[in-house]
Amino acid sequence: MPTQEEVFEKVRGALVEALGVDEEEVTPQATLVGDLGAESIDFLDILFRLQKAFNIKIPDKELLPQDILTNPEYVVDGRVTDAGIAELRKRMPFANLDSFAANPNVQDLANLLTVADMCRFVESKLATAG
Amino acid sequence: MRWYWIDRFIEFESGRYAKAIKNISLAEEYLHDHFPGYPVMPASLVIEGLAQTGGLLVCEHGGFREKVVLAKVPKVVFYCEAVPGDTLTYTAALDYIRDDGAMVTATSHKGSKLHAEMEIVFAHLNNGSHQGKTLFEPKDYLSMMRMLRAYEVGHGPDGSPLQPPPGLDS
Repeated sequence: MPTQEEVFEKVRGALVEALGVDEEEVTPQATLVGDLGAESIDFLDILFRLQKAFNIKIPDKELLPQDILTNPEYVVDGRVTDAGIAELRKRMPFANLDSFAANPNVQDLANLLTVADMCRFVESKLATAG
Repeated sequence: MRWYWIDRFIEFESGRYAKAIKNISLAEEYLHDHFPGYPVMPASLVIEGLAQTGGLLVCEHGGFREKVVLAKVPKVVFYCEAVPGDTLTYTAALDYIRDDGAMVTATSHKGSKLHAEMEIVFAHLNNGSHQGKTLFEPKDYLSMMRMLRAYEVGHGPDGSPLQPPPGLDS
């Protein structure tokens, strides 16, 4: 099982290759969308590289659970309900959703993901696989 | 104009890799604008040819059920020019495939000389429809594969001859 430092280095490498950013820009607090300029198609590229780097499987929509984000039970008028946020917290334990919960516009969720969230996501996959 | 940027497959192993050739000819009109008096194969059209090689590899692996589109080129490097009279050999290898897309690495060679190398991200469109019409039909991909003679050279992972998907070959 890689150390946290090793996970961070590989995640950083994947983000540098996928997003064309410098290593120095990839800090744990950096958001993928806001700080590193990731667009929706970049997430597909990033997931490919993470799967290859760590030899893990990342099923579709596991990073951002679209089944919740498109469910009318959990999203009303473009905002995630309390029940939806509770479901997101269960499905995304790697992410800190507190700031999202304060203003839960569904379109903003992807924008909040940080490099640290991605590292925790990978660590959780490794722990499950190992 | 037909949007074919490869002329023929020369090797095709389902789910693993494909090789195709592109012959560059002065009879191709775009060369006389790129550039007048100095014809050079545009890099963008080499990228398209590499994407077609890789894209059909991805499509075939999915039985032509997925609408495969070129979504992102994370990296492409060109090392020399390609000019009329050259035959480029494009090789695409399938790195990774998921339900929502695939990643391919590809190279272009002029003889033994490396001409270009590229990473390609393909996306599988959800339903492939636009304005109520489907973008591509499986038979469209099959038609391309036949025209490019993929079934004459192709084989499966077990070495058996490549065949069109059942039910599509009619």
